Amino acid sequence: MCSRCRDGIAGIAILLAASFGCRREQRNLRPEPTGQAMFTPLKVSNPSSGIAYEISEGQRLYTWYNCSGCHANGGGGIGPPLIKTSWIYGGEPAKLFESVAKGRPNGMPAWGDRIPEYQIWQIVAYVRSLNQQEPSSATPKRLDTIETNPQTIRAARARTGK
Amino acid sequence: MSRRRTLPAISALLLSACAGPQQSSLNSAGPQAGHTESLWWVFLGILSLILIAVLGVMLAALARRHPEFEPASPERTAAAADRTERRLTRAVAAATIATVAILFFLLVASVSTGKTIAGLASPGSGLTIEVTGNQWWWYVRYLDDNPQRIAVTANEIHIPVGRPVQIRGTSQDVIHSFWVPGLNGKRDLIPSHITTEWIQADRPGRLRGQCAEFCGLQHARMALWVVAEPESQFEAWLDRQRQPAVPPSDADTQAGYQVFMSHACVLCHNIAGTPAHGQFAPDLTHLAGRMTIAAGALPNNKGTLGGWILDPQSIKPGNHMATISLKPGELQPLLDYLGSLQ
Repeated sequence: MCSRCRDGIAGIAILLAASFGCRREQRNLRPEPTGQAMFTPLKVSNPSSGIAYEISEGQRLYTWYNCSGCHANGGGGIGPPLIKTSWIYGGEPAKLFESVAKGRPNGMPAWGDRIPEYQIWQIVAYVRSLNQQEPSSATPKRLDTIETNPQTIRAARARTGK
Repeated sequence: MSRRRTLPAISALLLSACAGPQQSSLNSAGPQAGHTESLWWVFLGILSLILIAVLGVMLAALARRHPEFEPASPERTAAAADRTERRLTRAVAAATIATVAILFFLLVASVSTGKTIAGLASPGSGLTIEVTGNQWWWYVRYLDDNPQRIAVTANEIHIPVGRPVQIRGTSQDVIHSFWVPGLNGKRDLIPSHITTEWIQADRPGRLRGQCAEFCGLQHARMALWVVAEPESQFEAWLDRQRQPAVPPSDADTQAGYQVFMSHACVLCHNIAGTPAHGQFAPDLTHLAGRMTIAAGALPNNKGTLGGWILDPQSIKPGNHMATISLKPGELQPLLDYLGSLQ
């Protein structure tokens, strides 16, 4: 066998092997209903952790369920900030889950009977991604609403004259 | 029927098999779509003639005898080749000129149609409808200078017959495209940008529209209906949309109201005049008056609504409505309450 053929075959084999790395991310299109999260035994690891789609869903839900009403975009307001190093009730996924599902004193409502469990995990993953505790490859970019866009940049340039 | 009419008639018949008359550019209901439709027929006519001409020439070339290629003396062959060369040069030159001229004519026709449609904008008609694309439904707002008179609805647009209406489109998440073929062409809805389009219906009727830009899992089930109705009927409809929801009147609807307010429904849905103030899912204030649910996926009746509430993910897998767990006996009152939201 000629050496060029051998190289070609080896190349194809490597490409084939590498293509298994492109395994498609699976989405569960029949997730569990609401009203269970309050009573489910805690998982130690977050099933949504490290999955870009799940974390971006968490970002969407963070706004939808008005977490931003108290925690703003992570900087805090009525509620404590979510971008920080020391947590009142613990920053591990299971503790964050508990905070969301069962609520905490001084204002954090219990969401466990309203939001399905998988969505709480998505929100937990998003909150952890705010603190760079999720892989940066899976962390969504900031919300469009707080991202500078060409229009705001143009407006700022016009104001400052630079 | 003359032969000149047969071809367009057959193609229209074939095309109408693809989409109902309610969603077809070939069944225009207003001036904008009318111009597009005329342009379509001009293109079809010219291109059909070209197709026939090309096929005719090809068949003639296949059928004809080729004396030049028959064995003959060298002198004769050289002279014949020369003749053929001259003839072919003339023919190819003529065909090239004709091609350029026809393409240029089609270009001018297309651009001028675009300009004519763009020129149909008529600021000051007073009716502006804001359409926001969402995965996978349409948020619709009837703008008004008086904030109290702004009406919000979803997946169904009513317009008065004979009045130009401006559509101000944007998107909440990804790029969608607003397309009601019976009224106008496609207009992309782009996050944090506003695109505008004018529509006008000259006859009453119902027209179906659809998202025309792939926007995710349920792109195919993102439809909307435009209902064109006489001015007085339209005003009555809009007045009703401006009102808060009908309060529950009997024991059943009262119980359904309690179910709605105590479940996750309120996190996303809005019912004006109640504590339900969610802003991220279709407004349900006048749900019962709409023709469809789930952005045209199902007709709006008690059965389909019940099915949708119990298991939305089986009807539109991947949509953003979470499955809520209802206890036995909660669904009926909930359906009664939602059915009362006229």
